Amino acid sequence: MPTVSKIVNNTLNETNREPMIQLDSISVRYNLPTERIGSFKEYAIRLIQRKLKFKSFWALNDINLTVYKGEVFGIIGANGAGKSTMLKIISKVMHPTKGRVRVWGHIAPLLELGAGFHPELTGRENIFLNGALLGYSREQMEAVFDDIVSFSELNNFIEAPIRTYSSGMYARLGFAVATAHQPEILIVDEILSVGDEAFQKKCNDRMTEFRENGATVLMVSHSMDVILSMCNRVAWLDRGKLMAIGPADQVVAQYREGKP
Amino acid sequence: MAYSILTTMVKFPTVDKRNLFENNKPLYDSSKRISPAIGELKEIGRYRHLLAQLIRRDILTRYKRSFLGVAWTMLNPLGTMLVMTIVFAKLFRADMGEIPFSVYILSGLIVWNFFSQGTNAAMSGLVWGGNLLQRIYVPRTIFALSAIGTATVNILLSIIPLFIVMLITRAKFYLSLLFLPVPIFLLICFTLGFGLVISSLAVFFPDVSEMYQILLVAWMYLTPIIYPETIISESMMVFYKLNPMYWMVKIFRIPILNGVLPSWADMGISAAIAFGTLIIGWFFFTSKSDEYAYRV
Repeated sequence: MPTVSKIVNNTLNETNREPMIQLDSISVRYNLPTERIGSFKEYAIRLIQRKLKFKSFWALNDINLTVYKGEVFGIIGANGAGKSTMLKIISKVMHPTKGRVRVWGHIAPLLELGAGFHPELTGRENIFLNGALLGYSREQMEAVFDDIVSFSELNNFIEAPIRTYSSGMYARLGFAVATAHQPEILIVDEILSVGDEAFQKKCNDRMTEFRENGATVLMVSHSMDVILSMCNRVAWLDRGKLMAIGPADQVVAQYREGKP
Repeated sequence: MAYSILTTMVKFPTVDKRNLFENNKPLYDSSKRISPAIGELKEIGRYRHLLAQLIRRDILTRYKRSFLGVAWTMLNPLGTMLVMTIVFAKLFRADMGEIPFSVYILSGLIVWNFFSQGTNAAMSGLVWGGNLLQRIYVPRTIFALSAIGTATVNILLSIIPLFIVMLITRAKFYLSLLFLPVPIFLLICFTLGFGLVISSLAVFFPDVSEMYQILLVAWMYLTPIIYPETIISESMMVFYKLNPMYWMVKIFRIPILNGVLPSWADMGISAAIAFGTLIIGWFFFTSKSDEYAYRV
């Protein structure tokens, strides 16, 4: 695979490093009420009694990192390490409590496949709806419509309401829509485990194609095999702290030993 | 001395590789935030396609599985009007003069349905969208906007049965009907503003959406929709005039029933209520918009 080595060289070449995502001392604090307060009455009573207790914890604590153009950057860590929070901060879903995020490029999130689909609408209508959620206009979606239909192998079902689809068809359509336009930054949150083997191969091929075209990929996975086979660099998060960052094999080895 | 002047005057470039790209403006910079209320307007402009798609979705899905389809938008207020007319016509008929009671009720119901459906849809839209808001960025106001957009399509459709009833009851078609887009526009502004407030409250307090249903019932009976304004006593009228929906209904009805335009005073008060509510609602909603992803 000559392309991968090209990318690796690219990222190692200092003069050619163009940042795509940069986090400067990012911290995110969650305020969780210790009990769920669902009513005005309770809220008011507690406010008066000053018993409105919040457990605050730092989901991310002073994170600094830069992802460069063309990299496939992995984020690893145990559950609750702050991986999803980090993706949310980068994709503008959340605003950091402290610090600064900068992103140089359009982001396409690979949502949990099919989030945002409406069951009553047909496959065709859902393509436009989901495309709009990702920020694409009707014309932009029309341009890739045939490609989406053929990639998702839904030819005969595209006019059927999506509630009649199998989960595999759902997933295929979701992936096809999210990746129909090559984004500058693709966010992949643990999704490549859906679908059958043939479909997974198709997904991987498309990701490789993006990488070859110079897209930046940010991925979260619990599978170290996936991380090792796809990523150039990896960041290891643990309870909101950045434990290690560096070449994939090195950080994965550290993570497996549990020593930063 | 000279040296210190030099250092204060001239800012030496810090040795930081990032500075090479500093002139390359990022698409998203969390530290560069204009006021959320203004920023949201820009985002809505960028996401106008999504707005169109959401309205389309609401209209398509609402009618997809029902046999009569879009006709329900027109049949629904028509049915309610029929019931109301049969029940209340005897009670109030004397007070109505030459205006057909059915036209009076239907015109009021059209305004009320817009308001109650619009605000309710804004509320459920944000709660539905909450799932999405945690995963991908979309402007937060888009759910309220699409709810009001759908309600606007519906109100335009419900003008058709109004005209049919006017034909049947031999009501007069005045030239002043052409003025209707203005009261509808003010109604849109008011409903959007109120919908933004109620939907952000509903995110923080799940009780709100249940309480709101009761409030709506009370509010409807406190607005002269199914009874003529003439039965309200002078002393009660003061309180009626504090009700924003009283004005919204009034300026919509006058051009239909009386064949004249609402007075400048009526229009001034209504416009102040509508724009005031919209501005307050917009600022209130957007000031909380960072928290929705944590809460919904």
